[in-house]
Amino acid sequence: MIPELGHFALALALALSLAQAAFGLWGAQRAAPRLMAAAAPLAAGTLLAVAAAFGCLMWSFAVNDTTVANVVQNSHSAKPLLYKLSGTWGSHEGSMVLWVLILALCGGAVASFGRNLPSALQARVLAVLGLVAVGFLAFILGTSNPFDRVWPPAADGQGLNPVLQDPGLAFHPPLLYLGYVGFSVTFAFAIAALIEGRVDAAWGRWVRPWALAAWSFLTLGIALGSWWAYYELGWGGYWFWDPVENASLLPWLAGCALLHSATVVERREALKTWTVFLALLAFGLSLLGTFLVRSGVLNSVHAFASDPTRGVFILGLLMLYIGGGFALFAWRAAAMTPTGIFAPLSREGGLILNNLLLCSIAAVVLVGTLYPMFADLLLGQKISVGPPFFNSATLPLAVPLVAAMAVGPMLPWKRARLWPALQRLWWAALGGLAALLLCLALEGQRLGPALGFAAAAWLILGALADITDRIALFSRPRAAFARARGLPRAAWGGAVAHAGMGVMILGLAGMGLATDRLALLKPGESVALAGYDYRLEALRDAPGPNFSARRATLVVTRNGRPVTVLEPERRSFPVGRMTTTEAAIHTTWLADLYTVLGDERDGGAVLRLHHNPLAPWIWLGAAIMALGGGLSLSDRRMRVAAPAPKLAPKPAQEGAAA
Amino acid sequence: MSEATRPDPAPNPGRRRALLLAPLGLAAVAGAGFYAMLRGLGSGSYDPRGVPSALLGKPPPDFALPPLEGAERPGLASADLRGGGRPVLVNFFASWCMPCVIEHPQLMRLARAGVPVLGIAYKDKPEDSLGFLRRHGNPYTRLGVDQPGRVAIDWGVYGVPETYLVDPSGLIRWRWAGPITEDTLRQDLEPLLRRHA
Repeated sequence: MIPELGHFALALALALSLAQAAFGLWGAQRAAPRLMAAAAPLAAGTLLAVAAAFGCLMWSFAVNDTTVANVVQNSHSAKPLLYKLSGTWGSHEGSMVLWVLILALCGGAVASFGRNLPSALQARVLAVLGLVAVGFLAFILGTSNPFDRVWPPAADGQGLNPVLQDPGLAFHPPLLYLGYVGFSVTFAFAIAALIEGRVDAAWGRWVRPWALAAWSFLTLGIALGSWWAYYELGWGGYWFWDPVENASLLPWLAGCALLHSATVVERREALKTWTVFLALLAFGLSLLGTFLVRSGVLNSVHAFASDPTRGVFILGLLMLYIGGGFALFAWRAAAMTPTGIFAPLSREGGLILNNLLLCSIAAVVLVGTLYPMFADLLLGQKISVGPPFFNSATLPLAVPLVAAMAVGPMLPWKRARLWPALQRLWWAALGGLAALLLCLALEGQRLGPALGFAAAAWLILGALADITDRIALFSRPRAAFARARGLPRAAWGGAVAHAGMGVMILGLAGMGLATDRLALLKPGESVALAGYDYRLEALRDAPGPNFSARRATLVVTRNGRPVTVLEPERRSFPVGRMTTTEAAIHTTWLADLYTVLGDERDGGAVLRLHHNPLAPWIWLGAAIMALGGGLSLSDRRMRVAAPAPKLAPKPAQEGAAA
Repeated sequence: MSEATRPDPAPNPGRRRALLLAPLGLAAVAGAGFYAMLRGLGSGSYDPRGVPSALLGKPPPDFALPPLEGAERPGLASADLRGGGRPVLVNFFASWCMPCVIEHPQLMRLARAGVPVLGIAYKDKPEDSLGFLRRHGNPYTRLGVDQPGRVAIDWGVYGVPETYLVDPSGLIRWRWAGPITEDTLRQDLEPLLRRHA
């Protein structure tokens, strides 16, 4: 009964979102206030219906309803409740329902927070979101019904892939989808702007919080995925340039460019066409990722079980939304003329440079990801494009990006001079140079990590210089605290996010100095790595809730003093007959001691030991970046963006928002 | 570093139009490519997972391998691969290879279904191979020992486990580098076995 209710709720949501799209577009075109006013309640209705469907699916998983095919394929009664619930979005079908739920949440948010948007703009934005929901609901109902029944009921489920039974992974997809789907709102704003043929400062002000929120969630989602790969897959790496990882990086890069260029639209009414294009691109790349993961056209550890009919359907949706968006862009974008004029060397110029570099990196990653597929299709050649290509092709673009990142926020709008900005950064430059020399002195000829440490110091100190400069800490220290409190949160957010990038690069550079070794140890024997001694104390069986494990107990000492006890495991899951490795990690914050238990031979165990300097800072840095996004989002300017902007600094916006 | 150029306020209208059309054109080309890939997935002409083999569509190289002492199976030679009237699988394995253990239940299932699975023990001590088969079961109807790994070089084996499908006329039709999982069995191997039966 509950699954049928869920199925019905999905169908209802389809009807409601269809109405939402029709009323919104038609009402805005006819300038009919009552039609337009219908879009917001319909969006709320869609949200309720999709939430009900999602709740029904979650309930089926919670009670392990083995008459539901999706539950049988992806769950098992012996699984802990958390993973039963997270199994709701562990499969292709369930994750699509989550996708649509988040889309409906975005629609609900635009409907409730956007009351002060011009009514035609709000109606069109809701209509486009409704249209996107229509496509994906039709996709779910047509090809991927999560509520399909099986009869007679299976004895029990087949279990979720044990690698996915992990708290990190339970929250990785929702965060990632909040990011991907968040870009559907900026996409909807871009389409609405193209239909209206107008982009102004107010538009930039409404788009920016959405871009920021989506980007922050995507940052967290990617970081969580990377952290999970690090501690769960047991390879000791954190980023593999896997096509699916790249698919999440692409919208991140485009979204990062978008939130910077939207600032220019908001403050200076320039870069309008470009910002609209980025908004289309960010969502387009999100959809491209969805297509690549779910259609089976590429080979990846992340790919869902593939089905060409689904692939054709998603490709149709991709072409409809992205092709449609770009067609509208080609037709209407010429009407948008910039009004703000600025010199090449200015804050605007810096942001253009940021956009050019971020988009070039995105282009490199896109080409590297798609090239093997097209080479296979057109030339019949099997090529794999791996880390060497991506590292060497993105590095020359990342270096100027990082160099400019600290300078950009120092430049004033309209027209700037480089020298005063650089003068305020002299100690950041000095710090970078010191980090470079220190690393070369301590670690020898390791140019890559040394450059990384220099970049990290430059960014962190640069962000610090930006803040101390704004609050005049050194020139007028007495007033500094008051100035710090008065400083807009967006300025804090920007500095924090840039410093977060620096912290992340610090971690990456540290990982460049990682060492590892493979050892066959019998109980009682020990091995040394990077100043630590690892002694194998015991090897024994350890039962788990739905797996059995072999556990090694390693006592780690440094110069005879105990540091920690590490217990890496190898788990066998009888359901699904899979084996996973559970790395045991001890972090000193300066380094991770990372141990993996391999096979056993002749009474001994093969152990892989890694010493990963500064590794935790990679993900902490990403979290700091997302925190910066959140800080910026809490800026007064953003909060007053939704209500009528009485306090708007520029009179031009009052007319636009009225 | 601040060499960024501002967008030209009044560019040539024709060029601007072309520039605005470029994203649509690129999206259309990519879309057509993806569509061709999806069509190819259906017909088998596009396969992102398969590692290509120079031997596809060709007969396997000549070889003759001794049997594994104690396994009670005859050895394996190239002549055993054809003329059986049905497709056969040639599986390279080793006792030291973890993915081989993952793959093993699928091989056992194929053997129980009557598919001839021919084994080649790759760079493995005979007693270890024997122990492996005693522990996990023996799916192989014939079993050759390739301790120096020379036959594997002729086949172009990438690593163990690796599996080849040889059709009744004696031509290699499929190569799978890596373990045959349940998904591989269901999605790739079983349709191929039906097609070449």
